[in-house]
Amino acid sequence: MSLRNAAPEMALTTTIDEVLNWTRKSSLWYMMFGLACCAIEMMQTGGPRGDLERFGMAPRATPRVSDVIIVSGTLTLKMALRARRLWEQMPEPRYVISMGSCANCGGLFQLAYSVCDGVDKVIPVDVYVPGCPPRPEALIEGLVKLQEKIQHEKWLVKKTAPVGVRA
Amino acid sequence: MLEPAAVHERLRDRFGDAVGAELVGRARTLGCRVEAARLIDVMRMLRDEPGLGFDCLSSLAGVDWPARQAIEVVYVLHSYHLGHWFAVRVETPRDDPRVPSLTGVWPAADWNEREVYDLLGVVFEGHPDLRRILMPEDWPGHPLRKDFVEPDEYHGIRTSRPSPLES
Repeated sequence: MSLRNAAPEMALTTTIDEVLNWTRKSSLWYMMFGLACCAIEMMQTGGPRGDLERFGMAPRATPRVSDVIIVSGTLTLKMALRARRLWEQMPEPRYVISMGSCANCGGLFQLAYSVCDGVDKVIPVDVYVPGCPPRPEALIEGLVKLQEKIQHEKWLVKKTAPVGVRA
Repeated sequence: MLEPAAVHERLRDRFGDAVGAELVGRARTLGCRVEAARLIDVMRMLRDEPGLGFDCLSSLAGVDWPARQAIEVVYVLHSYHLGHWFAVRVETPRDDPRVPSLTGVWPAADWNEREVYDLLGVVFEGHPDLRRILMPEDWPGHPLRKDFVEPDEYHGIRTSRPSPLES
C-alpha cells in the first residue's frame, strides 16, 4: 500500500481502494479443497515451515466464510459439479487458485474417462500454480501473486459506471 | 496348507461338472471356473469345510472378454489360519451379466460387488444395496467395458481439452 502523506506529522493518507485492498489481501481465509497428493503440499504450506498465518491466512472448512479456494489435486467430473457448487457458496469477492498440473489441465490423468481437464472448465481461476506437485514455496509464490492482483483492484471504479453508459 | 490342485479336487468330488475340469490362472489367482448357479454353495463349502477354511475374500474383480462375449468375475480367497490361496472364476454373458451376490457369505463382498457393477455392469442378484460406488449416479454406461466410449460432455463440461501444441 502506498502512502500519500500530505501531512506526515499528523495523519496517514491513502486512497480508499488501497485501504480496502490492503485489508482484503491481508486476511485471505482459504478453503481447503485438497483432492489428491497436492493437498499434502498444501498442508505443508499451512504448517510451521510455510506458515501461511504470517500472510493472515487461515484454513477454513466451509465456503461460506472463505475468500479463496485452493483447488489442489485431480478434479474428477463427479467432484467438478461439487466444486462449482462450493464456489457458488463463497461470498464475493472470491478467488480461485489452481494448484498443480491436474487442477490446471487434468495433468497426467487428462485422458482418463472420469477426470475433468482443468478446474477452469467449471470455475474461473485467478492464479495457476504449475508443478506436480508444486513445492510449498511455489504455492506461496502463487499466493503472493494473488495478493498483488488483489492490491491492484479498482473497486470504486468498477462499481460506478460513467454517467450515460449504464443501460 | 493346501495346494490349489488339492482344493480343486475336493470341489470336483463334491460338485462334479459344476466345477471346471482344469486349473486356470497362476500364482495367487490359480483356481477354477464354477457355474454361476452353484456359486454360493461352492463358496459356502470353501469357507466352512474343515481343512479349507477360506475366511477371507481377499479380492473380487471383473474382467471383460469381448471376443468370448463374456464377463468374468474373479474371487481371490485366502485362509488366515491355514495360509493358502484359491481363486474362483465365474463367467456370465456380456449382454445380460448376472451373478449371485456373495454378501451373505463374506460381508466384504458388498463394496467390491458394487464396484464391479459400477465399472462393468454386472448385476449381483441378492445384493442389499446395488448402487454405483465410484462414478456419479447419472453416468452413462460402464467405463471398464472395452467398448465404452467416453461421452463428449458431462453436465456441460467438455471432457477433452485441445492441445496447445496442435493448432
